[in-house]
Amino acid sequence: MALSRIASSSSPSNLLKPVSLVLSLRRRSVCTSTTTEQPLTIETSVPFTAHNCDAPPRAVDTSAEELASFFRDMALMRRMEIAADSLYKAKLIRGFCHLYDGQEAVAVGMEAAVTRRDCVITAYRDHCTFLARGGTLKEVFAELMGRVDGCSKGKGGSMHFYRKEGGFFGGHGIVGAQVPLGCGLAFAQKYCKDENVTFALYGDGAANQGQLFEALNISALWDLPAILVCENNHYGMGTAEWRAAKNPAYYKRGDYAPGLKVDGMDVLAVKQACKFAKEFALKNGPIILEMDTYRYHGHSMSDPGSTYRTRDEISGVRQERDPIERVRKLLLNHEIATEKELKDIEKEVRKEVDEAIAKAKESQMPKSSDLFTNVYVKGFGVEAFGADRKEVRATLP
Amino acid sequence: MATLFQGLGIVTPSFSSSNSFDSNNFLIPSRRSLSERRDGIFVVRSDARVSQTLKTGARKHELLVPNAVATKGGSSVASTSKPGHELLLFEALREGLEEEMERDPCVCVMGEDVGHYGGSYKVTKGLATKFGDLRVLDTPIAENAFTGMGIGAAMTGLRPVVEGMNMGFLLLAFNQISNNCGMLHYTSGGQFKIPIVIRGPGGVGRQLGAEHSQRLESYFQSIPGIQMVACSTPYNAKGLMKAAIRSENPVILFEHVLLYNLKERIPDEEYVLSLEEAEMVRPGEHVTILTYSRMRYHVMQAAKTLVNKGYDPEVIDIRSLKPFDLYTIGNSVKKTHRVLIVEECMRTGGIGASLTAAITENFHDYLDAPIVCLSSQDVPTPYAGTLEEWTVVQPAQIVTAVEQLCQ
Repeated sequence: MALSRIASSSSPSNLLKPVSLVLSLRRRSVCTSTTTEQPLTIETSVPFTAHNCDAPPRAVDTSAEELASFFRDMALMRRMEIAADSLYKAKLIRGFCHLYDGQEAVAVGMEAAVTRRDCVITAYRDHCTFLARGGTLKEVFAELMGRVDGCSKGKGGSMHFYRKEGGFFGGHGIVGAQVPLGCGLAFAQKYCKDENVTFALYGDGAANQGQLFEALNISALWDLPAILVCENNHYGMGTAEWRAAKNPAYYKRGDYAPGLKVDGMDVLAVKQACKFAKEFALKNGPIILEMDTYRYHGHSMSDPGSTYRTRDEISGVRQERDPIERVRKLLLNHEIATEKELKDIEKEVRKEVDEAIAKAKESQMPKSSDLFTNVYVKGFGVEAFGADRKEVRATLP
Repeated sequence: MATLFQGLGIVTPSFSSSNSFDSNNFLIPSRRSLSERRDGIFVVRSDARVSQTLKTGARKHELLVPNAVATKGGSSVASTSKPGHELLLFEALREGLEEEMERDPCVCVMGEDVGHYGGSYKVTKGLATKFGDLRVLDTPIAENAFTGMGIGAAMTGLRPVVEGMNMGFLLLAFNQISNNCGMLHYTSGGQFKIPIVIRGPGGVGRQLGAEHSQRLESYFQSIPGIQMVACSTPYNAKGLMKAAIRSENPVILFEHVLLYNLKERIPDEEYVLSLEEAEMVRPGEHVTILTYSRMRYHVMQAAKTLVNKGYDPEVIDIRSLKPFDLYTIGNSVKKTHRVLIVEECMRTGGIGASLTAAITENFHDYLDAPIVCLSSQDVPTPYAGTLEEWTVVQPAQIVTAVEQLCQ
């Protein structure tokens, strides 16, 4: 593909500064004495439910180091979203802000199963997915606050995070419109014989969009390596899934397309499913993954999130299914880390986020000439010519 | 000449290892994989603009000369000794498309019935057999999805040409065209380019009914980030098709259902037209008539009558609907001081309305009379032949308008 590549996961971005670390995938080790590369096999919380295909095994191969990195990454994402919440309430972030806390396992698990050459595209709840694809905290906060150092130079906002080098294609505000785009990415991968796949994420609300089925039909006809991932957090804004979908078994709704239902709060299950899906899609065409997940915040910052569901439900899920807690328990049970070490990581992550926010606050607002840049690749509108094209009539401010 | 080759010189590194420009090697198609392919925008502009507009009664071949790029045999750019070949407009479009597909393996076509069927207007006939099913793709009837897929593919560097069987069907893909196609370059801070071409026939045909006679240029014109062009002759159809495919911006190419069978002699040499330039059809002194697409022919018909009556209209085919070529238009207004716009778009919010505003804003001092804009009536196009005729502008109305304007 025409995207420039970086090697898969382990190479650091050269935007890194020692202080504000980018998400470290598989590099940070928590343990002091025991071997970090110790392989583990852990069973997923529930078995996978399959439609038109064989379910992958419940036993997931992982390692102590990987689990530790999962913990750190998810803690970072959680902290980032909470910090975004405070920034929004402080009116530093305006407009729409859709937070991902509770769903971190999907982003982290998916990233563990794929390479940077695979494409990921999602909707507007994209902060954590952007981070997982190699984005930095500073870019996130700068973009949220509309500063020039943001990933989209301040011109996109919360719903328009993109990272070309990371294979992250956004960041889309219109519900469901990213699914045909994702199938187009898969088409390009097939066209160029890339042997990579595209993950097109959407929510349970978008699962009722016609263009999704249109795109799925075309992908199945053309055997595209497209993996449609439904992040089912059970509420399409304020409407519960049983009120919006006649058949809320989203993994089955592909009909001819195989589907897999995954516990989206279990990062290992997500990793297993995505790995399985990648191999599957390269051979057989599109597959649907339904991630059963949950968001603690409302749909966006303007939605309290409690008018259509009870606080008990939210706290119940937090107690029983929280993705970070699950990994914490795994780390403690397998004696990979101590309580104190995990608390230290959380403190460290908090500090990292605070520093990134401070840096982002120092970043400039875009200049007024930036209003006209990047409208066209050729730059129309930045300069206005008079009737005599040799004379620049006005350089728009 | 020098500026012409300068523009070409920038592109050569992406095609061959030699850095010197050699017209013989220029067109060797690059078969590199997408990851190695580097971007190169290449638009041939006429730098001899002044001489172009002053030529009176010049045929189109001579006007094309500064734009033509010599390829095989290193024939000189300055002369057209070859007579060219005759073909119909849809064949010209196909020729342009075929040449671009040969030149760049990233170009692919997707649309309904473009592959095995050969295209509902035969524009893609034979291409599927030549290039295969992966490059000429038959889609199901799902405009929203396949336009979106084209845009997604374009984000990675492919150059899809999306065909709407009729422009009116692209209304179903409006969200993709507006939000994703037009805006992605901006909202991603310049990270993604969308070099897609969306094309299809529109306009009022022969009693096709309201839904199949739509003129979408007015709906799309406000979308920031896209370019719109309308072709009207085989010559400019081929040139604009090639330019649109080579452009890094999303381009919507408007064709017209009734113009597909126009016959014209076009040059054998390869040429690419500029997407932002208007075409001087008939230089004149008394009034500037701005038009595009099918209305050009109604205007030329009216021009014959006007010439007999002693008027000397200057006819400009604006070609570029977004952005307007205010340079050519402005020079013309400065000369004639009267403007008549003849278009097939609706009166309300059409291209003519925007053009009127743009001319008034920029050239108000040069106008001796208010701008007159003749557009189609604000009605759904009726089926009955007589009613349909009254919906669009007819030559007689153009003649009357010019007479009134020139009093």
